[in-house]
Amino acid sequence: MSTTTVRSGGDWLRQFLPRLVLAPSFAITLVFVYGFIIYTGYISVSKSKMLPNLDFVGLDNYRKLWKTLNWQVALDNLAIFGILYIVICGALGLFLAILLDQKIRGEGFLRPIYLYPMALSFVVTGTAWKWFLNPGLGLEKTMHDWGWASFKFDWLINPDMAIYTVVIAGVWQSSGFVMAMFLAGLRGVDEEQLKAAQLDGASTFQTYWRIIIPQLRAVFLSAFVVLAHMAIKAYDLVVALTGGGPGNATEVPATFMYSYTFTRNQMGVGAASAMIMLMTIAAIIVPYLYAETREARHE
Amino acid sequence: MNSTIVGTKQGVSPWRVVLYVTLIVFAIFYLLPLFVMLVTSFKTLDEIRLGNILAFPSEWTTEPWVKAWGNACVGLTCEGIKGYFWNSIKMVVPAVLLSTLMGALNGYVLTKWRFPGHKWVFGLMLFGCFIPFQIVLIPMSQVLGFFGLAGTTAGLIFVHVVYGLGFTTLFFRNYYEAFPTELVKAAMIDGASFLGIFWRILLPSSGPIIVVTIIWQFTNVWNDFLFGASFAAGEGAPMTVALNNLVNSSTGVKEYNVDMAAAMFAALPTLLVYIVAGRYFVRGLMAGSVKG
Repeated sequence: MSTTTVRSGGDWLRQFLPRLVLAPSFAITLVFVYGFIIYTGYISVSKSKMLPNLDFVGLDNYRKLWKTLNWQVALDNLAIFGILYIVICGALGLFLAILLDQKIRGEGFLRPIYLYPMALSFVVTGTAWKWFLNPGLGLEKTMHDWGWASFKFDWLINPDMAIYTVVIAGVWQSSGFVMAMFLAGLRGVDEEQLKAAQLDGASTFQTYWRIIIPQLRAVFLSAFVVLAHMAIKAYDLVVALTGGGPGNATEVPATFMYSYTFTRNQMGVGAASAMIMLMTIAAIIVPYLYAETREARHE
Repeated sequence: MNSTIVGTKQGVSPWRVVLYVTLIVFAIFYLLPLFVMLVTSFKTLDEIRLGNILAFPSEWTTEPWVKAWGNACVGLTCEGIKGYFWNSIKMVVPAVLLSTLMGALNGYVLTKWRFPGHKWVFGLMLFGCFIPFQIVLIPMSQVLGFFGLAGTTAGLIFVHVVYGLGFTTLFFRNYYEAFPTELVKAAMIDGASFLGIFWRILLPSSGPIIVVTIIWQFTNVWNDFLFGASFAAGEGAPMTVALNNLVNSSTGVKEYNVDMAAAMFAALPTLLVYIVAGRYFVRGLMAGSVKG
């Protein structure tokens, strides 16, 4: 290796080359993440309709946003979807992880089956469930064929129930992942404590409830953050499964932002809704990232 | 943990039976939609109308697959999804390679060539992973339009590299963090260059994290819908967007078998990666959620 040439310019290179290598990525982040956030923030207080218009209008768009019925529907749906999605994925994930942790023969076979939907695109998931739940030809017809004539499952076309089909498909896709997180957590629980608990005569249920689950706090937190973040961003699944319908019954903030910005010529309102989404996610993610990086520092 | 809490006693207890039955019922729940999708894609339309979605085809046909690939109508053109499939390939390969390479170099600098403020740089990049991408749609569509990249694969590659960098940097940073700094220091004293150290010392032992990152990026970029729908809606659209257009087009007879075959085409690449390298896929998921 030509060490001499490197050494002659070594000091300069040593100091600046690493930063020079990192610089493009950092610049990209500054412009395309933070610069764009500021720009969208400005659009949200501007007069933009079909095209960006930089005339300042204060908080008009936010006022308009909050008076828009569709936005109220979107928020209600996000609340229903988000809460059910997080709670069911969490509960099901923990439940399956505990079951799988009982020295199951064939664990290596079952685990990938629970987890594979995570590899699929939400568009594929939505397409598959849309077909499976098709009121005319899907599950309902099969049940009728099997002699259960009164079976009715029309949630996909029922405005009151359509949002729950999004929950079903979302849980199907993500719960295996939560299971994997909990399983990794369970495998890290201290054996000694468990032996001690068993010697004390604690039942299986008590051992889990009192000793094991409290130790999984970090996993609960990670799962919550990941799921909450995915719920707020949910766009593809809704588009593929219900298209936001029937009517506006499954409108969520992500679909709202897209349609107001690009098809309804209300860019200012769309930008305002994007800002609300960003703030909601930031409120969850920033404390989490802060805590995570602090922990790393202590180690 | 691997405890022996349930089923310490030998022999088949009723508990174990319930346990296995429950696990199998859930396995069926997870497999059912894929199964239905697959069998539907091999049925004729007549059989779909008359038959039962859970039944195997009485007469297997590959016609829907041929049609989905070659001449199903997506939007106004009836040339199947093959063009969009290739769009996705042309988008995924460069986007994944570029973002992985940049992530590796970033992770190397952020762990072995630290400078004042490196934590801030990393923190700012990390937060970029988690923003709802709705926040960048408006300016990004303007920027792509300005540079003539709207609707092109090149534009999508750029977008995916930009918003993939945070995660690839995170993966490599955390991996190199655990790499012995002594080795790097020793090489520095020997006069090895910045890139020489990376190339000869870190890269040869980066195999696993490279695989994890490539799989993570491949899955994310292939499965993306939002960027594809926003920036490349027409001929340049990726597979996911074409699939949605095909399935949700309201013209003509609904060909559910063709829809399902097209959905399988969209699902196969990532499924294949999952089957071949599932271990690394799971590691990526974990690394992407449980930091530190």
